[in-house]
Amino acid sequence: MSVSAASSTTRSAIKIETPLHMFWADFCANRIALIALAVVSVLALISVLSPWIAPQNPYDLTQISIFDNMLKPLQRSQEGKLFVLGSDEQGRDMLSAMMYGLKMSLFVAITATTAALCVGVSLGIIAAYFGGRVDAVLMRLVDLQLSFPAILIALILLAVLGKGVDKVIFALMLVQWAYYARTVRGNAMVERRREYIEAAQCLALPRHRIIFRHLLPNCLGPLIVVATVQVAHAISLEATLSFLGVGVPITEPSLGLLISNGYKYILSGKYWVSIYPGLLLLLTIVSINLVGDHLRDLLNPRLKA
Amino acid sequence: MLAFILRRLGQSAFLLIAMAVLVFVSIFAIGDPIEVLLPADADQNEREAAIRHLGLDQPLWMQFAHFVWNLLHGDLGKSFVFGSDSLSLILGRLPATLELALVALILAALIGIPLGLIAGLKSQTWIGRLIMTTSIVGFSLPNFWFGIVMILVFAVQLQWLPSGGRGPTDTLFGIEFSLLNPQGWVNLIMPAATLAIYKVSLVIRLAYAGTREALLQDYVRFARAKGLSSSRIIGVHILKNILIPIVTVLGLELGSMIAFAVVTESVFAWPGMGKLLIDSIARLDRPVIVAYLMLVVTLFALINLCVDILYSVLDPRVRLSEGQS
Repeated sequence: MSVSAASSTTRSAIKIETPLHMFWADFCANRIALIALAVVSVLALISVLSPWIAPQNPYDLTQISIFDNMLKPLQRSQEGKLFVLGSDEQGRDMLSAMMYGLKMSLFVAITATTAALCVGVSLGIIAAYFGGRVDAVLMRLVDLQLSFPAILIALILLAVLGKGVDKVIFALMLVQWAYYARTVRGNAMVERRREYIEAAQCLALPRHRIIFRHLLPNCLGPLIVVATVQVAHAISLEATLSFLGVGVPITEPSLGLLISNGYKYILSGKYWVSIYPGLLLLLTIVSINLVGDHLRDLLNPRLKA
Repeated sequence: MLAFILRRLGQSAFLLIAMAVLVFVSIFAIGDPIEVLLPADADQNEREAAIRHLGLDQPLWMQFAHFVWNLLHGDLGKSFVFGSDSLSLILGRLPATLELALVALILAALIGIPLGLIAGLKSQTWIGRLIMTTSIVGFSLPNFWFGIVMILVFAVQLQWLPSGGRGPTDTLFGIEFSLLNPQGWVNLIMPAATLAIYKVSLVIRLAYAGTREALLQDYVRFARAKGLSSSRIIGVHILKNILIPIVTVLGLELGSMIAFAVVTESVFAWPGMGKLLIDSIARLDRPVIVAYLMLVVTLFALINLCVDILYSVLDPRVRLSEGQS
């Protein structure tokens, strides 16, 4: 990648390394970001492995007992089963529910971000490459959408569409694509005028090859940053929508829905039903944002001396 | 200049018309409000009477024509649930939301600017790093969860503050304000702080970036060379220059504050228009949802129009490039 190569030429002039190695070395220089990356990896691993490592399947009615309801953290049930983070009103183990919830939150956010990335990048790069009227129409649409807060668009859309995992993903995609379109267009407008594009055009390469093999790889740097931050944003947005009652259905709860469920018991002092899922949500979002923040510093040529 | 404003006005009008159509059509996919409104044991005659009463028996285009006609008269229909005019229902809730958003905005500026300034001036020390890392946490905090934690700490455990509601208000010019009543302040502080937390982080980052850039500028170096005290350099020269982008961004953020108030108001049972919207979505109260949307879209169109005109006055390049394309 040319971006990372340019960013670290000054530092590792002695050793000859690949750009990716140098980028990794630069990334490791910031300890906080490295820890955050480790946390993100562990969380992702836990969520993927949740059906195997969770103490119980919280949505299998044969495994939960209503007699275990509202146990405090570290309390044992009558059968002697330990509830590390307590249980909810149906006797579900909170730790297991959180693992499953994390899986749901990450799945929705990553799917929506990937979909939005594909749509946004395609439209943005097309706008930049063709320019003129195509560009004007697409960018006016982007301006229009970005002038409204994402939460409002998603809220109304979901109020119309109804609950459902697929609908939440669709709504999150629809509020995100404009960010990628704008980012990639800004970059591609600059890259488009470079000599290598002209050279590729002189070679009479097909248009799609120039766009996707030459133009796009050189616009990736800022996109990585935006996508990282947007995954965190999508997790937060999904949790908020679920809290407001227009997100994922009650049968497939995410962290946001778990918090919403615990909100009912806050005034009676039963904090664990909403506080622990919230802490996990916060840890996830903070870690991703810390990684994104460091990536932004690394990939920003203006901060390089 | 006039041509530019007219063109922008035309665009805003087009946006409003498009939204009216979109809102009206999409709202009909939400569901059947009759199911929610009628008691379960209602018989067929009562159903038909209710449908006729709400005008739901007419064809869709008739309902739309009716809607547009009434819209032009400032009438957005009667709420299915409250039975009163939906626009005045929303407008009645508007002061509560505006008050919340404005107090949160001021809080964000008062907390964010000093912290960002300190972080920018001491960017290489632990205090600078601490402030910037904390600001990332502030960015990441899910708004509604932060509100729940505040309730748990200050209302349930410490019992210092009420857990929700607006509390007593005093009336000025026929509008109720919490700020005029000492007890109202107590009720306002938690929702406002929750709404402000995201913007505090935003202001910290803006002030931080602005300060770091300003420190490298010639005018700061010149002020130092002149022998000015560092408190004067920071308080007058740097602060004034970083305030310009912060004020611009905060002004623009007022709209998003109103949108985010939906979440805060739901957590704290604050009787603003956001809470009304969420309740109306749950009850399928179409006229209120439509009225909220039309009001918010108009508000946003107005804010954007003002910003565009202001920019074109400040920077003639904006309207020149517009004319060419």
